[in-house]
Amino acid sequence: MDKGKGAMGSNARRWAVDFSDNSTSPSSRDVPDPPGFSRASIDQDDSTLSRQKKDAESNWKAQKAWEVAQAPFKNLLMMGFMMWMAGSTVHLFSIGITFSALWQPISALQSVGKIFEPYKDSRVELLGPKLLFIALNLGGLALGVWKLNALGLLPTHTSDWVSSLPPAQEVEYSGGGGVLI
Amino acid sequence: MAIRVFHFILLFLSFTNLTYSLYEDQVGLMDWHQKYIGKVKHAVFHTQKTGRKRVLVSTEENVVASLDLRHGEIFWRHVLGTNDVIDGLDIALGKYVITLSSDGSILRAWNLPDGQMVWESSLPGSKASKSILNIPKNLKADKDDLILVYSKGSLNAVSGVDGEVLWKKDFADESIEVSHIIQSSDVIYVAGFVGSSKIHVYGLNAKSGELLDKNHAALPSGTFGELLSVSGDTFVVLDEMRSKIVIIHLKNGEISYNQKHISDLTEDIAGQAVILPSRLPGMFALNINSYVLLIKVTNQGELVLVDKVNNGAAVSDSLSISEDEHAFAFVHYGDNKIHLSVKNVNDWNHDLLKESIVIEHQRGKIDKIFVNNYVRTDRSHGFRALMVMEDHSLLLVQQGEIVWSREDGLASVVDVTTSELPVQKEGVSVAKVEQNLFEWLKGHMLKLKGTLMIASPDDLAAIQALRLRSSEKSKMTRDHNGFRKLLIVLTRAGKVFALHTGDGRVVWSILLPSLRKSEACENPVGLHIYQWQVPHHHALDENPSVLVVGRCGPSLSAPTVLSFIDAYTGMELKSLSPAHTAAQVIPLPHTDSTEQRLHLIIDDNQHAYLYPRTPEAIDILKHEFSNVYWYSVDADNGVIRGHALKSNCVQEAVDEYCFDFRDLWSVVFPSESEKIIATMTRKPNEVVHTQAKVMTDYDVMYKYISKNLLFVANAAPKAAGEIGTVIPEEAWLVIYILDTVTGRILHRMTHNGCQGPVHAVFSENWVVYHYFNLRAHRYEMSVVEIYDQSRADNKDVWRFVLGKHNLTSPISSYSRPEVIAKSQSYFFTHSVKAIEVTSTAKGITSKQLLIGTIGDQVLALDKRFLDPRRTVNPSQAEKEDGIIPLTDSLPIIPQSYITHALKVEGLRGIVTVPAKLESTSLVFVYGVDLFFTQIAPSRTYDSLTEDFSYALLLLTIVALVAAIFVTWVLSERKDLQDKWR
Repeated sequence: MDKGKGAMGSNARRWAVDFSDNSTSPSSRDVPDPPGFSRASIDQDDSTLSRQKKDAESNWKAQKAWEVAQAPFKNLLMMGFMMWMAGSTVHLFSIGITFSALWQPISALQSVGKIFEPYKDSRVELLGPKLLFIALNLGGLALGVWKLNALGLLPTHTSDWVSSLPPAQEVEYSGGGGVLI
Repeated sequence: MAIRVFHFILLFLSFTNLTYSLYEDQVGLMDWHQKYIGKVKHAVFHTQKTGRKRVLVSTEENVVASLDLRHGEIFWRHVLGTNDVIDGLDIALGKYVITLSSDGSILRAWNLPDGQMVWESSLPGSKASKSILNIPKNLKADKDDLILVYSKGSLNAVSGVDGEVLWKKDFADESIEVSHIIQSSDVIYVAGFVGSSKIHVYGLNAKSGELLDKNHAALPSGTFGELLSVSGDTFVVLDEMRSKIVIIHLKNGEISYNQKHISDLTEDIAGQAVILPSRLPGMFALNINSYVLLIKVTNQGELVLVDKVNNGAAVSDSLSISEDEHAFAFVHYGDNKIHLSVKNVNDWNHDLLKESIVIEHQRGKIDKIFVNNYVRTDRSHGFRALMVMEDHSLLLVQQGEIVWSREDGLASVVDVTTSELPVQKEGVSVAKVEQNLFEWLKGHMLKLKGTLMIASPDDLAAIQALRLRSSEKSKMTRDHNGFRKLLIVLTRAGKVFALHTGDGRVVWSILLPSLRKSEACENPVGLHIYQWQVPHHHALDENPSVLVVGRCGPSLSAPTVLSFIDAYTGMELKSLSPAHTAAQVIPLPHTDSTEQRLHLIIDDNQHAYLYPRTPEAIDILKHEFSNVYWYSVDADNGVIRGHALKSNCVQEAVDEYCFDFRDLWSVVFPSESEKIIATMTRKPNEVVHTQAKVMTDYDVMYKYISKNLLFVANAAPKAAGEIGTVIPEEAWLVIYILDTVTGRILHRMTHNGCQGPVHAVFSENWVVYHYFNLRAHRYEMSVVEIYDQSRADNKDVWRFVLGKHNLTSPISSYSRPEVIAKSQSYFFTHSVKAIEVTSTAKGITSKQLLIGTIGDQVLALDKRFLDPRRTVNPSQAEKEDGIIPLTDSLPIIPQSYITHALKVEGLRGIVTVPAKLESTSLVFVYGVDLFFTQIAPSRTYDSLTEDFSYALLLLTIVALVAAIFVTWVLSERKDLQDKWR
């Protein structure tokens, strides 16, 4: 994703010579235009060329952004497979996988702006890819949480909340017993 | 969540550690065992031969033992049953120790050198009577020597060789109380009283037991006390007024007597006379007030006062030192010393021995003295004396010094409590037990060698020695883990000992002055010991103290003695002799500002007295007045009553610390079908971690945890006796679980065909009890767990998330929560002497039952074996939860005996104390022996094991740091070279 940035990005040109003289008014020139030369038509030509170029670039950016946005899907499938392999009992492997499944989407969500930064362009609509990216990552997170729950590591049961409740204090106190012998 | 992880860890641990066991080299690391014999009743010296010098003793704890005379160690020892009281002990044929026990019905011979039993004879009889063991004192062992035993109303002649009863003469019909047997070569005279004034003498043929002649005489008045033999045929006895001495002669069966007033012998002493039971040839000792009179009986039957000793203590039996010389010892007190004199009976003015000995004040007076002689190199006679002290300890005195002493009072522990040790403070020097760094390193290097298996056998021995006498465990300060404590034990002698849990040594001991025999207090008994003051928060400067409750005599109406003892120093802080009696002592759950616990003492007169007697205590009690209840169990009438405090006493003398109480409820068991045989409550200081029990399907059961529960076991009245006296149809066992505030019966269950004895233990929400099943002919153990149904609908997770539940708000027994009980029964192989449960600091660690078996060992049994949730085929989830498949009997795994190879002879009780380390519980077992150990029911999950090699860890860290440094230097150098290239 980042590789295309240096070669094709808008900042790729190191130098430029402006062959066209942008001043359109004939009065400012010393020499009148040769006959048959229409200054206006050249201008026209040049602007269409650059517009075409920019269009291609933004198209390419949009396409890339969509690709980036879809990337977590593969991850998701991979993760699902790994989880299925890990089984449902608590041990080191399954806990490791579950926590990596939780960590990956969270870190991806944190850096969502950074990931889409290369494709930032005034003419590229990034909201769609971003939303997809976020949705897919949230899906990954959900999968991780689901796995966590399947392992029984989420406090979703009453037992998780009461297991450390101290016994209630008693109001009355009663002692005694048999006669001391 | 976390609980699941915890379960998993527990499961893992339970697979690896289904049994608690230890390795051979761990014996003695955390446990100690002390052997005792109890208070000596009879002692017989065996020093004739050149071999090992020994003394044979029988004790009040029913122990027969042979002690080394040089060091006081036990050569051999036999602890007879609790009902097998030893009446007589002697040596026969020079090689057998003969004991007569069980009211004279069992005669046993033990081999003298090794204590093996040679023969045993049972001497049955119907009449209860005094039992007399008479063994002829012949220096040359004669095969024909008879052992004469009078017991159960008949005289038995038993062969000393094989224990065969040669002949038997029954006196059961004669209504005679035989008190003496006089043996001559072929005639045996049996003398005794009929009533208190008629003396009868029977002459029997020594060979066949035939009655040869019979004679009787009536004395002018009745008699008091025992007949004492002065010489072969002369006896003395006091008349019933205790003012005259009656001298009786039995010459060849003829009876003649004369009498003499005590005042004729000595004029300045008056009082109640008692003849001391010391056997002296031609003499006897008379005790009047604090004087001991030694009176000689001349051949003409005249009495001559030989000596008068003030502050006399004890007189020994006589000892024959040569053909016609007899010596005896007596002791008297004077200027803080004990004066021991050995005198010749015939030559009064000459002392064979006169010694003064300083004996620790805490040992009290001398109770009994036994003397023995030895021949010195210059052919003169030397004497050694075995003294039994008031605190039941045993001393051997020789040449004016105490050669050895045994603290045998510890064989009769009555009650136990514990105390923390002092906190280690700045400036308090503990340096003498601290090791220096070099030794520490040396020790760890040795350990490292052991770990790396490069240690030589010598090193291994050194490691073991190092581990066994680790100074760490016997320090006199508090430790982090709470392993070091003081065990404060009260013994039957009224002596209080503080034992260090590290090595079992006696830190201090005090013979309570208030529990010593005095005129005001005839038969003092120590009853219980309570923790009086346990400073931990704001009163740390004060020393903890304990309260000893005693009573002057066995009856309930005897006066009370209260004694407060400093637990660090063993000084008696104060002692009280209150006017009221003590039927019950109730420690309340409240303490005052100095951390003194409030106690209510209930007398037999329906009053309750508050201690400590301070206005602050009154305020605290007034504040909790309506919440203090108590209950009384009247086992004789089958009634349990509940009471509450009412108001101050209505008496002539105003006592604001005295309260009346009112009866609230009573549970009356039908006397024709039920009799209370056992009751049990929870320990008041038990800590419970959680009120919820999580089932396998994440469901929750709420434990019914109340301190006010009482377990009662009732047996059918017919079946209250011993096992085997009733048929199964007549026997049943009914168990109840009562609330002692309201008297409500929470649970009732009947075991048909079962009977006691019942031993029970109550902890958290469960009770485990042990009884006998007559139908199955086996012992059984049952468990009952009680759950609170009224809390069961607290199932909404959100209420817990938001904290909107009332599970921890205080509850009252009057709210009458609905409970359910689950129970299950299992067979158990052993009969049981005591059951206890481990207790830990926070109550998180799983529990183990500690069962004192009939073999005097302690078995640790996981509570998981007694779980009503056990089924024959537990599901996978249940198995994961640690539920063991149901079997009909509880397993006895030999490795789970916490006493390993040792026996705690005469086991009577088990005490568990939590250590500060949650995983560990301290266990103290007492009986004739004492045993202490630490156990960790779920292994020591919260600490490194003691054999963890810190040196190895240190070495690894050092090696790693070195490796990091070296590789860093190498990589730097390589980088530099790369850059130059």
